[in-house]
Amino acid sequence: MKSSYNLSAKEIVTKISRGESSAEECLSSFFERIDEVESRVHAFITLDRDAALQRAKEIDGKVKRKERLGKLVGVPVAIKDNLCTRDVRTTCSSKMLENFLPPYNAHVVEQLLKEDAIILGKTNMDEFAMGSSTESSYFGTTKNPWNLAYVPGGSSGGSAAAVSARESSIALGSDTGGSVRCPASFCSTVGLKPTYGLVSRFGLIAYANSLEQIGPLARSVDDLALLFEVISGYDQRDSTSIRASTQNYSEFLREDVDGLKIGVPEEFFGEGVDERIVKIVWKGIDCLEKLGASYSEFSLSTVKYALPAYYLIATSEASSNLARYDGLRYGYSSEVGSDDWSTTFSNNRKKGFGAEVRRRILLGTFALSAGYYDQYYLKSLQVRTKIRLEFEKAFKKFDVLAGPTMPILPFKIGEKIDDLLALYMCDILTVLANLVGCPAISIPCGFVDSLPIGMQIMGPMLGESVLFRTAYTFEKCSKFTDYSPKL
Amino acid sequence: MSKKITSVVVFSKEEFAEDVVIGLEVHCQLTNLRTKLFCGCSSEYRGEQPNTHLCPICLGMPGSLPVANRKSVDDAMMVALALKSEIAERSLFFRKNYYYPDMPKNFQITQYDQAGGIPIASGGEVSIQVNHENKQIRIRRIQLEEDPAKLVHLGSIDTSPYTLVDYNRAGIALLEIITEPDLKSSKEARVFLQKLRSILEHLGVSDGKLEGAMRCDANISIKKGNRVEIKNISSFKEVEKALNFEIARQRAMNSRGLKVEMETRHWDDVKRVTISLRTKEAEHDYRYFPEPDLVPVEISKEKIAKISQIIPELPDARLDRFVKLYKIPSYDAGVLTSDKAMADFFEECIKLYPDAKTISNWMMTDLLRWLHEKDIEIKEAKVTPQHLVEMIKLIDDGTISGKIAKSVLPEILNTGKTPSEIVTEKGLLRIASRKDIELLADRVLIENPKAVQDAAVDEKAIHYLIGQLMKLTKGKADPQLANQIIKEKLKKQSKSN
Repeated sequence: MKSSYNLSAKEIVTKISRGESSAEECLSSFFERIDEVESRVHAFITLDRDAALQRAKEIDGKVKRKERLGKLVGVPVAIKDNLCTRDVRTTCSSKMLENFLPPYNAHVVEQLLKEDAIILGKTNMDEFAMGSSTESSYFGTTKNPWNLAYVPGGSSGGSAAAVSARESSIALGSDTGGSVRCPASFCSTVGLKPTYGLVSRFGLIAYANSLEQIGPLARSVDDLALLFEVISGYDQRDSTSIRASTQNYSEFLREDVDGLKIGVPEEFFGEGVDERIVKIVWKGIDCLEKLGASYSEFSLSTVKYALPAYYLIATSEASSNLARYDGLRYGYSSEVGSDDWSTTFSNNRKKGFGAEVRRRILLGTFALSAGYYDQYYLKSLQVRTKIRLEFEKAFKKFDVLAGPTMPILPFKIGEKIDDLLALYMCDILTVLANLVGCPAISIPCGFVDSLPIGMQIMGPMLGESVLFRTAYTFEKCSKFTDYSPKL
Repeated sequence: MSKKITSVVVFSKEEFAEDVVIGLEVHCQLTNLRTKLFCGCSSEYRGEQPNTHLCPICLGMPGSLPVANRKSVDDAMMVALALKSEIAERSLFFRKNYYYPDMPKNFQITQYDQAGGIPIASGGEVSIQVNHENKQIRIRRIQLEEDPAKLVHLGSIDTSPYTLVDYNRAGIALLEIITEPDLKSSKEARVFLQKLRSILEHLGVSDGKLEGAMRCDANISIKKGNRVEIKNISSFKEVEKALNFEIARQRAMNSRGLKVEMETRHWDDVKRVTISLRTKEAEHDYRYFPEPDLVPVEISKEKIAKISQIIPELPDARLDRFVKLYKIPSYDAGVLTSDKAMADFFEECIKLYPDAKTISNWMMTDLLRWLHEKDIEIKEAKVTPQHLVEMIKLIDDGTISGKIAKSVLPEILNTGKTPSEIVTEKGLLRIASRKDIELLADRVLIENPKAVQDAAVDEKAIHYLIGQLMKLTKGKADPQLANQIIKEKLKKQSKSN
């Protein structure tokens, strides 16, 4: 019999609700796995074993009393450490919030608890979600389970690694410019950046509000859709939340891409994209064609402006979002002295934030400053509109767009840490969906030198269903999601 | 004596100074809202323990998100309509970034008219009456924003050993009303603010009498010199003082040939001076940009039509009605309607006693004088319309004299007792019995033989004797009767002599 930690989330739900296995047994299996691999992978910042065990017992009681059971009954979930969990420290991988205990749960955490999921703990990430490798974490780097010398991607590296290493069944990340899809691609898991507004951001510690969404990570499209069903939906506490009717996304999981029109932008395979990745992703698109889809190549001329626009908007918003961390009410506070207000908060921020966070705050502050606002921030908003319009046009012609998720293979820890521009360039294919607001999924598509490659499929606004259907069909044919790393 | 004359000269000069330019930024709390602008915390924080009306949202905790209070938009629309401002179909919230402990997020959610920003309403005007002349003060824009926390100092900000922060006020809904630089004197500024307050009170959106509910910053320049901004003026009583100080300071600088710097100054209401906060070079760059956590405020034409239907009678219309309906002078009607509570008091009285002129006279003279002296609002005084009307009726039926009434009114205002109670307690009933007055008159004539002698040739002596009789009765004797009796008795005595 498979150990519980190898089961899919769907299988866990079935077993527990039928009484074939208890939530406690299932959870123990995951904790055994964690004990086995976590010291090597370092996916978690905080593990909440006691609370998880307590929850498992409560759930088993519910099963015994034949009460109504949630959609994720007994399924262990890992939560990125920028999602607030009541009384469980939420650090954003920053010294600034090393001991921050939120007094409330994020909306998505509430939803998980409502559906009887079990929260294992909080996962590692780039500090304040700023990065693509998890290397900027104050708590050390997470390792890629496929090769421990490599980065897992970022910023939701801990969540992707935890799922990939089978330490958790499913996980939540957040995606500001690719932070779910990049680690999903690097760790060979499925990851979704939902349509902007479909998942409430209440309780997500902001990096760049207008760009980011909380997204699910899972080993299969099946589990991904199940988790997404639970976390999506209108929430009045988030003004940008969309009043879309809740969908049963699992219904769209059919092996059927007959007549599906795929657009393949030339720019997704252009300069800077690794030849080996180009080859593998084209194989994936060919596979979809064999299954009944059709594709045509075309040009998205605005793609080249996306990266600078993204970095200017993201850092501008970040410079303001992160202003609240002055150490006065919560968070890191250096020695209390007789210094004045300016000296005190400057000191707290200098010592509480890491280098990358400080760099992005400075960049954003500069972009918003008098005299530069028009040429940087406002210009970026104009670029964003242009890109959005071009995508709208493309989606009139195509059902989905496909290409690589990442232009490069997972890289070694420390390899790019001094080459900022190269690091920023990694995001070139993922930031588009954030600028446009449309959904995008990354799905395992093969390997090069035993390192995972992901294919990105983008859909129109609220087009999650077609993404799920395409990804599901691809998954059933390619079977890449069946592979697991040897640890 | 010479000192007094100097001050009169200075005052009249300011009143008509053509070289003074003042613009105001008025911050009015929307006190009719029960919650803060972006969260569900109770807005009734006055008199509460510090830092008890808080939640993760108004404290700007990580992960919290603002949600705009819908009623605040209705309030803003009402004010915009009352001030004849144009309401934007789509307005935006912006972030104003600055590091200061009164802002839990280190930015303020507000609105803006530059960098692509659109405030909820633009343009408009308020008519004021100064020295019996009408004048229009133009409104530049109206915007919704959140109140910062309150910083508490021990005494003057200059010398306080600490700064305490009370976040109860943080996030309270504010309406910022910005005028064009149309004001010419500190008096105009005060009259404008009084008018604005009356409008807001008539709309029922803001009770400007609550402490800190109406605050303002003032921009002032003299002789086309540099503009100085004065911050921290916590009530409109302070405005006149702050502006007078600043005008005097700038005039003194000019007369000494010194240049007035473009700067921001702080009104220290303890020391009663303005203190330099920062010069132009050190001005904040607020890095305004659209608030990404809030969606635009959309206002349809239908919504505007709906709100315009519920706009109540405003002070200008009420003034006209008072003049037409109650036949009182326009000036009196202006004074009465400059304060909603005063105008309401007046109309309540009329319901009980239809002679509007008499009511208005009592209010315009003795009542107002007493309120000014005590520096309080009519709402704070213990007098009710029933009190005033009862007092007037006591005069009418001859129970007390008008003169006695003038001493009864302050008693009512101080104690809240009814006029009859006061009259009885203090024995102020009028003496109207001929027999009583005759006995007292005899006593006066006996005690003042010299005056009686003079009375035959000197009219003044007669008045003196009547005065003595009134004094003896503490003014309670019916004056006509007293007059008559003294004269009769003098006549009798001169005959018998």
